[in-house]
This record gives sequence, C-alpha cells and structure tokens, in this order.
Amino acid sequence: MQGSVHSFESMGCADGPGVRFIAFLQGCPLRCAYCHNPDTWERESETLYTPQEILDKALRYKPYFGNEGGITVSGGEPLAQSKFLIELLKLCKEHGLHTAIDTSCSAGEADWQEVLKYTDLVLADLKFATEEAYQAHCGGDLQKVLRFLKATEAAGVDLWVRHVVVPDLTDTDLPEIIKIATQFQNLKRIELLPFRKLCKSKYENLGIPFPLIETPECDAALLAKLKAQIPEQYR
Amino acid sequence: MQAWDGFKSGNWQKTIDVRDFIQRNYTPYTGDESFLAAPTARTEKVLAKFEALLAEELKKGGILDIDTETVSSLTHYKPGYIDKENELIVGLQTDAPLKRGVCPFGGLNMTRKACKAYGYELSPKIEEEFTYRTTHNDGVFRVYNETIRAARHSGIITGLPDAYGRGRIIGDYRRVALYGVDRLIEEKRKDKQKLSANAIDADTIRRVEELYQQIEFLNKMKQMAELYGFDISQPATNAKEAIQWLYFGYLGAIKEQNGAAMSLGRTSTFLDIYIQRDLENGTLDEAGAQELIDDFVLKLRCARHLRTPEYNELFAGDPMWITESLGGMGEDGRTLVTKNTFRFLHTLYNLNPSAEPNLTVLWSRGLPKAFKRYCAKVSEDTCSIQYENDDVMRPYYGDDYAIACCVSAMRVGKDMQFFGARVNLAKLLLYSLNGGRDEKNGDQVGPRMPVYEGEYLDFEQVVERLDYYREWLAKTYVTAMNMIHYMHDKYCYEKTQMSLHDTDVHRYMAFGVAGLSVLTDSLSAIKYAKVKPIRNEEGLIVDFETEGEFPMYGNDDDRADAIAQKQTKRFLEELKKVPTYRNAEHTLSVLTITSNVVYGKKTGSTPDGRKAGEPFAPGANPMHGREKNGALAALNSIAKLSYDICKDGISNTFSVVPSALGNDPEERKEKLSSIIDGYFAQKAQHINVNVLKRETLLDAQQHPEKYPNLTIRVSGYAVNFHKLSKAQQDEVISRTFHEAI
Repeated sequence: MQGSVHSFESMGCADGPGVRFIAFLQGCPLRCAYCHNPDTWERESETLYTPQEILDKALRYKPYFGNEGGITVSGGEPLAQSKFLIELLKLCKEHGLHTAIDTSCSAGEADWQEVLKYTDLVLADLKFATEEAYQAHCGGDLQKVLRFLKATEAAGVDLWVRHVVVPDLTDTDLPEIIKIATQFQNLKRIELLPFRKLCKSKYENLGIPFPLIETPECDAALLAKLKAQIPEQYR
Repeated sequence: MQAWDGFKSGNWQKTIDVRDFIQRNYTPYTGDESFLAAPTARTEKVLAKFEALLAEELKKGGILDIDTETVSSLTHYKPGYIDKENELIVGLQTDAPLKRGVCPFGGLNMTRKACKAYGYELSPKIEEEFTYRTTHNDGVFRVYNETIRAARHSGIITGLPDAYGRGRIIGDYRRVALYGVDRLIEEKRKDKQKLSANAIDADTIRRVEELYQQIEFLNKMKQMAELYGFDISQPATNAKEAIQWLYFGYLGAIKEQNGAAMSLGRTSTFLDIYIQRDLENGTLDEAGAQELIDDFVLKLRCARHLRTPEYNELFAGDPMWITESLGGMGEDGRTLVTKNTFRFLHTLYNLNPSAEPNLTVLWSRGLPKAFKRYCAKVSEDTCSIQYENDDVMRPYYGDDYAIACCVSAMRVGKDMQFFGARVNLAKLLLYSLNGGRDEKNGDQVGPRMPVYEGEYLDFEQVVERLDYYREWLAKTYVTAMNMIHYMHDKYCYEKTQMSLHDTDVHRYMAFGVAGLSVLTDSLSAIKYAKVKPIRNEEGLIVDFETEGEFPMYGNDDDRADAIAQKQTKRFLEELKKVPTYRNAEHTLSVLTITSNVVYGKKTGSTPDGRKAGEPFAPGANPMHGREKNGALAALNSIAKLSYDICKDGISNTFSVVPSALGNDPEERKEKLSSIIDGYFAQKAQHINVNVLKRETLLDAQQHPEKYPNLTIRVSGYAVNFHKLSKAQQDEVISRTFHEAI
C-alpha cells in the first residue's frame, strides 16, 4: 500500500509534544479560506511512499524525540487516506513511536475507530463554532467534527483542540470554541494558532486566489489576549 | 600550608596534577539557576565604563588606541585599569583598557600593516630593533618553496599562520593559582637538569633551551604581578586570589603572544573549589562570588590583539577565542557542572551578551537536566554559547581537556597543537579538472596535466584525477606546516604558555578543510546527474551545466553523505603519508571560521551549481537552500562525519527562528535540549546555536545602534554582529534559518 505524500519535516516542534517527525500527506476535502498549505489540496501526487518507507525515515530522528516526541501525520488531511493512515500508525506503534495526527476531523469516518486504535494524540482543528461558518469558510461540517471528537473520547485518546485565530473572522469564536472543547473528557490542551500570510507566494505559484489577502495577520498581542481566556489547565 | 587548608590531599600535592586536585575537591551541582545573583552596584559601575569604551572603539573603526612604541611583553607596560578603585581582579594587556600592543615576533610586516591600516605608524625604534632580529615570518619565507608560495597565492591553501602567531595553545593557567609560580619554576628546573645531562641531539638541546625560556618567563610573570602589587610566587589562599593568580597566568600569555586563538581552558570547576571553600567558611557570599566571576569575565572581554583588515576577512569580528570549556562529565560518572559553571553563563545576563569569552558547553547525555534547560535558555536569550560533545571527546582526552579556538580539544597542560588553517577542497576539485591550473587566472599551480577532455564529466575519471591532486596538495600542505612550526618554535616560541604545560607534551598538527559541502555536492552531481564542463577560449574549464537531479548533502541521504565521509577520510590518509615536525599527530578539522566567504570569493563555479564567487557554507554545514527535509535531516548528515577522522573538530552552525522550536518558551527549552541530545547521540561533535529571526539581523544591519550587544554564533565562535564586514553580514543573513512550515 502506498500513500500520497506532500513532504516531510524532520524538526517538527509545533505539532504535538516534544520534537517530532512530520509527514504531510497530500489531499484535503476542505478548502479553508485561511489554509496555509494550498499545495496539499489535490490528492494527485508524484511522491508515493509505503508505510514502511515513512517509518524508516521517522526512525532516523528517533534520537531527537526524547521522552515526549514522535511522529505527527499531518497534511493535507491525513484521514482522507484513512486506510493508509491505519497501516502507517500501526507500524509506528509497533516500533514504539508516539503517534499523533493533525486533522480537521472531516474525512474517513468509517475508519475512525481503527485509526484511533493506533493514535496516542489527536490534534483536532476546531475551525469555527457554528455550522454556518463551517459551511461558508471551509466547506466542512461541524456535526461531523463533533462526532469525531466524541470518537476520540470514546477511544480514550488524548486530545488537543486547535483553533486558528484569524482577525475579523475567527477571533470572536473563542468562548464558544472553549465551551465545545471542554465537553470532552479527554481534552488536554487548547492551542491557538495565529493566522499568517507566509503562504501568499504558494497561492501565487498555484494561480489560486488567496481569499484572505486583505486580512491582517494575527499579532502577538491579540494572541496573548485570547490565550488568557483559555482555562489554565488547558493552556 | 594555609593555601591548601581544607582541601583533600592527594597526588596533586606531590606532583603537578590539577585534575587530581579537582576530582578530590569539587562539588557537583545538579540544581537549577535560582541561586544566581544579580550584578552588584560595583559591577554595574565598572561595566558602564567598559561599555562606554566599547562604543568609542566601535566609533573609531574598531581600534581604540595602539601603543606603537612598546613591544608587548609581560613587564613592558605600567599597570592599567578600567576603574582602579572598583576592580576586584586586575591586569590589562597594556597600560590602558582596549589599547592594543604590538607583538612583532610573529611577523613585523603584519604589525606594520596593521598599524598603518588604522592610521598609526610603528615606531622607528621598533623598526630599527627588528632589523637585528628574525621574526617567525622572516624564517618561514626563507625556506618556503615555489609550490607552497604558488598554492598560498592562489588560495588553495589559505590562512596559514606564517605571518602571525599560531595560537591554539592553552596554558594550564590553573597551575599558577594552585601551586604558585615558585613551585612551577622548581619543577621546570628539575626537568631541565635531567634533560641537559644527556643533551646530545638537536631535539634534546632545543628542549633544554625551551625550558630555559619557560623558567625565564615564569620569573617575568611574577614581576608582572608585582607591578600590580601581588606576589604570586606562592599558591592562592582564597577565591579572589585564585582567580587573580589564574588570570595573571593568562594575562602573561596574551601579553607575550598574539596568537590566532588564545583560549582559557577549563577553569570554572577548578575555581568553584576555592569559591565553595570561602562560602563555607563565611568569607564570601553568593553576590560576592558572582561579582568575582563577573569582574574576571570583564577582564577577559578587554583582551585585544592588533590584526590587519585582511586577517579579519578570514577571522572576522576581532576574535581572540578566549574559549572557556564548561561542564562535561567526569570519568567516574559525576558531572563536572558546579555552581560556578552557572556563574560563568550568568555573566551573559549580568554583563550583557558577548562574543568573548567563547563559552563552550561540554554536553553529555549525563549532564544534569536543570543545567541543560538553563543552557537552552541562555542560547535562546543570548545566542552566545556553543555545545561540544563530551561523550565523543572524553574517551580520547579523559575529563580534563578543553577546547582551543572553536572545536579543537586538548588535554589541559598535556597536549598542544600546531595550528594549520585549511585547504580549499572545492578548488582542489577544479584543479583536478584543469590539470593543476587555477580556474580564476590560469596560473599553473599544481603539477601539469591536460585539462579534462570530453563532453560530460565521468565520475570515475574525476575521482582518479582528484586522487592525484589530493596527494600533491597534502604533501604541499604538510611541508608548509612543518616549515611554519619549525620557525615558530625557533623565533616565536610560546614560553609563558608552555611553562604551564608538562615538559613532555603531546603535539597535534591540526590540518583543515573548507568547502566540504561544495565538493560533496559537486561529486554527487557528477555521479548522479549529468555535468557538462564549459571551457573558455583558452580551454580552461570555468563553468558547468548540470542536467538532472542529484542527492545533496544535508538531507540525510546516504548517497551524498557517504561522499563527504569518504573525502575527509581520504584527505587525512594522504596527510598522514607525510611525516610531521616533532612527530606531531596529524589531525583534521572541518571548520572555516568566517573564511567561507573569502574562500568562495576566490573559487570559480563548481559542478554543484554554485556560481563563481559565491560563499561556501560555513564549517561542515550543508550549502544554503539545499536542505529539503528540515533541520534535523541536515544535522543527521553532518553527524555522519566521523570524529575519529576529524579529531580537530567538525563545526556546525545551526540557526533557527524561535517559533520553529515551538510556541511556548518553557517547551522551547526542552525541545532545544532534546535536539542537542539527539544530534550528539549520533556522535556529532559540535553545534553552534543561534535562536533568532532573520528580520532581527536585517534590522540590526540598518540600525546598529538598536542592537549594541547583538551576538551571533558563526563557525565555532561568537561575534558581535557589527564587527562583521557587510559581505559577511549578508552571508549570515542568507544562510538557512530553520523555520516552522
């Protein structure tokens, strides 16, 4: 079995605990207005890897992982290649790696249970607090996201909820986001990710209009202000 | 004896054995930094004076003042002070802070040129005196052959210490404090007596004369201390004296020698023993202890040597490599980290960040966790420290070695080295293709052979040519080094520093290579892609067209990395075929200092796609922009270079933006510490860590006044960013900064 891979990052320090190897899978069902990786949207990829090949790469970085680090499968949307994801995570667990998935919770529903069997941590993107906003700004489905979060709770997998702070778009959502996230017993952390426009050139290269070209980046002050709203135990 | 009261006795009392003293008496510390003290009002007062002098020095173009009338030596200047009333540790190189002395024994021409470059004139008196003297530089050029001159001129060998002091020798300055100078003289006298009884060969006679000089300069060291009102003939009796005595040892060395790197050694744990004793008997408190270390470090920051602008092109930022090796583990498994290790690092807060002294943490898996976290914090806050792998070096050198310059390990007081700059491997490849001719000017430098024929470069043929030219280059290089160090011993012998070594000393001869990543990627391109040489009208290959993809060094790809491994191994093998002066042990470094910029400037286009004149990557780093799998893949590639082969060090500069280490400052410390652990677990030797944003550097370039203390790590040492030339600043800015995706 092979999976479509966008790229690898050997020093992932921002997607899960410790130092992590990140595999970015190719393809995503959503089209978020603030997506910073539009180059991972399409499923077609020239770079195909077997789970074993990715494991071999990840193991090269095991010395850096310490007690906390491991592998994070990101994307794109890793659940969009759920069968492949299962094989990859299973293999990683067999080799003693801590596994995390970084997901929008919007694909592969039939395989969720199986995926979560081999997942130590879910980094779940909770983009908006309402169904309308999901529809309008990413083409996703809040109910589905909530079903996934429930599944993680049922499976007893650690959960970090992440929310991208986009000025004038998602920066007032936080109280609602917190309310939703804290319903889940397995919640360990709520992370805020600042909206950045480093991806501008990617859009230009792909010839795709960047919907938020006029939106300001999320600055440190705004981020700090919002972070203070998060209950202490989830910061 | 009062000086040794309360110390556990041992072999160190019977013979000169500082390690034994440390092992029996030091107190390992596994706690965190919370005990550290802020600067005292006194420290702040002296610091303010010092910083005003620094600002003035910078304003004057980098040189505050030069004493052109006096040849620098231990007793030639009146005592100098920054602030006589307030200083705890005293002694300056000349009679005023930051005023530079002249040391013409390395080379008169260099001294003359350096004076001129800054608007001074070397005094006619010194000019006259040196018409009757031979300098090291005179001696070398009496014997250099045509090949060496040509290789030096073309820049295939650059930075040879043939016109300046070689440096890289670390005196065991602790001996002055522990034993007092009289005891050291007595031991040297005994050695001299024993040797001279059977001095029938040239080698032994030379050693006897060297011992004579060592004793003479130990006496001068005492006189120098007397000028400041101290009698250092006897051992130090408390912490303040221990620091002062030790510093006098170092001061004597830098007054006598303008060596390229004048490293301090491994002093913090030694000094901790004295501080601990004073703390326990109530004569010192923590604020007082920190104050002593602060004042000591401030003195070290005053150290200056006079160098030419050309020298600064190679070794930018006015460095003296006052390297202090911190931490590490003992052979018995106890950590050598003490509270004083923390105090040294804490000077970067109390006295602001600084390039000197070059604080070097000997990192080990076994170091206390709290210390590792503190180091990571200091790195992130100051970019002023480097890390070297104690677990890789300890098996070779034991637990009382120190780093000279950037990455050169030596047992303190037992090993010395003959420093030897480096050769340009990228140019070597081009000479191999061009039949020994220089690609820039067509000069025949190496042995003649037809220029490579054929439309595309064939890997096997290129390797065969490379083997042939490598042998030529290695022979030329070792020969030059032998001549240089013969003459340095003869005309510019480091009497003060060698008096603080055992008489039977082990010698290394430290060779080096630059452009390893360029050579590696070029050979990889030739092997895995198609490389078409472009010839000029004379038939000389001056450019390349490379078609197709090829694996590049820095991506943890064995195909490329194996080339780098093999090239270092082959080069060392070739060097070892040529015997060395005084049977020194051949060693090799992959280190460029900042010369990667000059080397690049002097080198034509290369098959890896690098264009003529473009800088090389520093040290063992991959070339800029060729890392496709993130920072750790690059570290993995570098870690594959074997320390067993490159025993003089493998330098790696790692620049990362803070956010790439994570969002939370507390977590960043853990992650940086994990990264260093992971890199060193794979037997890598060295890492310079810069945690800063490219934008900061760009802003600093525009508005230097906003960042007076901006310190960054370059290959093996730290520099004040503003002391780099514009080209060097640009090169640092253009380097890969690892960012989060």
